[in-house]
Amino acid sequence: MRRFLDSSARRGMQLLSFFSLVLMVTIGIALLVKSLPILKAHNLSDLLLGSSFKPLRGEFGFLPFLVGTLWVTGIAVGIAFPLSLLSALYLSEYAPGSLRNAFRPLIDLLAGIPSVIYGVWGIVVFVPLVRDHLAPAMGRFSSGYSVLTAGIVLAVMILPVVIHVLLEVFSAVPVESREAALSLGATRWQAVKHVVLRRSITGIIAACVLGLTRAFGETMAVLMVAGNVPVIPRSLLDAGYPLPALIANNYGEMMSIPLYDSALMLAALLLFGVILFFSILSRWVLVRIERRTL
Amino acid sequence: MIGATLLIALTLLSIVGTIVIKGLPAMSLDMVLKTPRGGFYLGKEGGILNAILGSLFLTGGSTLLALGLSLPVALYLNLYARKGSPTAHLVRLALDLLWGVPSIVYGAFGFTLMIAMGMKASLLAGIITVTLLIIPIMARAMDEVISMVPTELVEASLSLGATRLETALRVVVRQAFPGLLSAVLIAAGRGVGDAASVLFTAGFSDAVPSSLLDPVATLPLAIFFQLGTPFPEVQQRAYASAMILTILILLLSGSARWISRRWIRHVVK
Repeated sequence: MRRFLDSSARRGMQLLSFFSLVLMVTIGIALLVKSLPILKAHNLSDLLLGSSFKPLRGEFGFLPFLVGTLWVTGIAVGIAFPLSLLSALYLSEYAPGSLRNAFRPLIDLLAGIPSVIYGVWGIVVFVPLVRDHLAPAMGRFSSGYSVLTAGIVLAVMILPVVIHVLLEVFSAVPVESREAALSLGATRWQAVKHVVLRRSITGIIAACVLGLTRAFGETMAVLMVAGNVPVIPRSLLDAGYPLPALIANNYGEMMSIPLYDSALMLAALLLFGVILFFSILSRWVLVRIERRTL
Repeated sequence: MIGATLLIALTLLSIVGTIVIKGLPAMSLDMVLKTPRGGFYLGKEGGILNAILGSLFLTGGSTLLALGLSLPVALYLNLYARKGSPTAHLVRLALDLLWGVPSIVYGAFGFTLMIAMGMKASLLAGIITVTLLIIPIMARAMDEVISMVPTELVEASLSLGATRLETALRVVVRQAFPGLLSAVLIAAGRGVGDAASVLFTAGFSDAVPSSLLDPVATLPLAIFFQLGTPFPEVQQRAYASAMILTILILLLSGSARWISRRWIRHVVK
């Protein structure tokens, strides 16, 4: 009886474990099947490179959304990367252990705040800032709801992810190699520059890519501050319309317009595919680092 | 470097500060104890009890469901699968990748699933979608926790003639309990705060749901919709709702931290 229980439990658990694999494949297939109608009606390059998005007339050009997403993601990574690199270096190389331990929960907390809250924060703090100070200072008008605003908010959202990975990466650099540099008379900064940074360069790239995937798929906060105008943004202060926001905004009406739901599913499939690709890439790099340190 | 570190700390302060300063004036007992009355979204009477309860039902349901699905996976990966087995490796990879999939994609998938099953936007559809969203988080966190259980403990139990199942339930789960609990709370926190996945699957309603098939309001969406109205009074309430959500999240992550620190005493070192 006990043996029987054990072996049936084993079967059940194994089955559940395969569930995660199945789930991933199913998501991919379901999205693909749903986006087939639009892929049949238009060819892929028209869809991706067309800049006119008028579902009522049957025009589905995704370019404005792709460009919007790239802008927002680029700005976010551009801001978050230097900030998190510097603070991760400080925490791992300079700061006393007690400070490091005090900072960890702070980062976890930042990671745990829901994206809607980030959106509210962006609307309250950065939208007026961009509208009333930044745009006039540059002699431009902006509603405040812009790719820049969305990029800033996103940057803060991906900070905890990037810092977390960077700290792991830096801690994988052996203490001896730092000490060797220091004992040769190098200053702390020289040791950091020539030993720590050089040895962890691939890990730094992986952290960056991981942040990128997070920014790429983030929906709610971006939806709230990016402005959502389906036109290719020409400057930082223009409104943009990233891909996830497109999906989120149009679910209500999509059923009434032919091919619209299929177009949105294609958008979701694009997100899924791109993120899968980048996650696998960054994971591959990180696993290689782990192997090297062992 | 110190500057960058300080800036990040200040950002966190700014977020919490903004929410509290903006939310406090509109905070009242009515907010948490009443459902929206007629004209609520025009600035009239009412509260967001529907969204608070809705979020709790939704998160509670999906956390329980995810627990039932994740714990066996974590146990399987650590106790049954052989060291370095390709299956375990593949499952972990899949979970990690699923973790990175944005919630809007889960939303789209959940929606497709819901249509295929002939359901309408409802509490049940929302629960299913959020469950899918938090399974990778919970399973991977539990996996980490269980892998910390000393091998000697497991081997001791096995050598006394216990089966793997008995070892799993009576030894491993007990030993890893605080960590498992905080894994559950972390996943629940993610579930409460997520909006993009429930946007199309849970619907929205001013009433507290009375069955699994009713549409249900959630806090993040309530914030989103209230902020989207042109009326300052309603926007004020959005800030108050944001404060409630923040408090809920802080409570969850705080108790996760407290549990993992405090209950460690009852665990065999």
